[in-house]
Amino acid sequence: MSTQPKPDPMTPVPFTIVRRRQELKDTFTVELTPASANRFAFQPGQFNMLYAFGVGEVPISISGDPGNPEKLVHTVRNVGAVTDALSKLKKGAEIGVRGPFGSPWPIVEAEGNDVVIVAGGIGLAPLRPAIEHVLANRSKYGRFVILYGARSPADVLYMKQLQNWRGRLDTYVDVTVDHAGRDWAGNVGVVTRLIGRANFDTHHVKVFICGPELMMRFTIKELSDQGVSKDDIYVSMERNMKCAIGHCGHCQFGGHFICKDGPVFPYARIESLMQVRGM
Amino acid sequence: MVKVEGLDKLMAEHPFFQGMDEASRKTLSGCARNERFDDGDYIAHEGKAAERFYFIRSGTVALEFHMQGQDGLIIETLHDGDVFGWSWMVPPYEWAYDIRAVGLTRVISLEATCLRKKLKKDNALGFELYSRFVPVMAKRLYSARQQLTDMYGKS
Repeated sequence: MSTQPKPDPMTPVPFTIVRRRQELKDTFTVELTPASANRFAFQPGQFNMLYAFGVGEVPISISGDPGNPEKLVHTVRNVGAVTDALSKLKKGAEIGVRGPFGSPWPIVEAEGNDVVIVAGGIGLAPLRPAIEHVLANRSKYGRFVILYGARSPADVLYMKQLQNWRGRLDTYVDVTVDHAGRDWAGNVGVVTRLIGRANFDTHHVKVFICGPELMMRFTIKELSDQGVSKDDIYVSMERNMKCAIGHCGHCQFGGHFICKDGPVFPYARIESLMQVRGM
Repeated sequence: MVKVEGLDKLMAEHPFFQGMDEASRKTLSGCARNERFDDGDYIAHEGKAAERFYFIRSGTVALEFHMQGQDGLIIETLHDGDVFGWSWMVPPYEWAYDIRAVGLTRVISLEATCLRKKLKKDNALGFELYSRFVPVMAKRLYSARQQLTDMYGKS
């Protein structure tokens, strides 16, 4: 039996930024390595609390490849004081990390099925580890579909990677934006319109959705119209996570804590809560 | 030139006409034409008379708002199985935006004046056609409203 003390989930561990990339005008990616270990294992869909020293903590989904645990990757949108402080950190700077926390995408349960990823905006980041996993284990899954919507071509996250995924012969990728200039050769329209053309087996599919809640609602309605069972739909929810271990109650969602019971939920489990106005 | 009989078969393959009785489809095919557009061809221009409406067999079209001194702003793209051009149904029968082919696009088009004449004589056919158009219009209106929410914006 190991005598190694279990790390305190409330104590941030220092990580060093080894690479920083500006993805979009307001969105950046950092690659981190821990100061005291050489790997960071996680499951696709989980998140970490990132601590900008002296400013505060924010919950950010892990967006790297679970098959490459030497690198911890986070894509962050600059929307507040903490993310703004994180955005100003350069290569070599330190960030405090607590985690990983939360429930993962059901990638093992999805084996043997078609898998459909529907992402909106920065919602592609929490899904990227699941995409990497499916691609690394491609023979275990049926048709693999990635549908992505963004506001405009300038807001498309991971553009090069989307192109690489599309270039594979075993993956169907479709991208749409809300509006575009003539130099955009892709789709224009809502992400829900991509669903009917994706040609997956609606009776043997697992669908993973991440994006703004409004987009997820529209997507779920379209999937239901197409005949996908609610039991086959999974969503990643976002709330104001603080402690990340279900103690503080900041992220309470009905009888659930998003940080502990989520962020990934089977839709059937939270359907009634998603209909409640103001929740 | 494609014969009317051939057009009827092409129409039967398009989702819009699925389940329509053969006699109605044959009547409509009398107003139909099989067309192709190359990448960049304009199928319609905003403000011009809407003399035809279209069923995409294969390819993509972009619906664009013309902008003075700039390239057009694409507001929607339509694809295989989609329908466009219902300005033919609504006075003053003018196109509301530009429509441009994105890549090689094959369509069936119906001539509006011919169609209006047939529908005036055959109310049942008119009802059949409008009953098919309304769900398409409702779905597109729903999509347009979703776009209005700017749902990917900062939360």
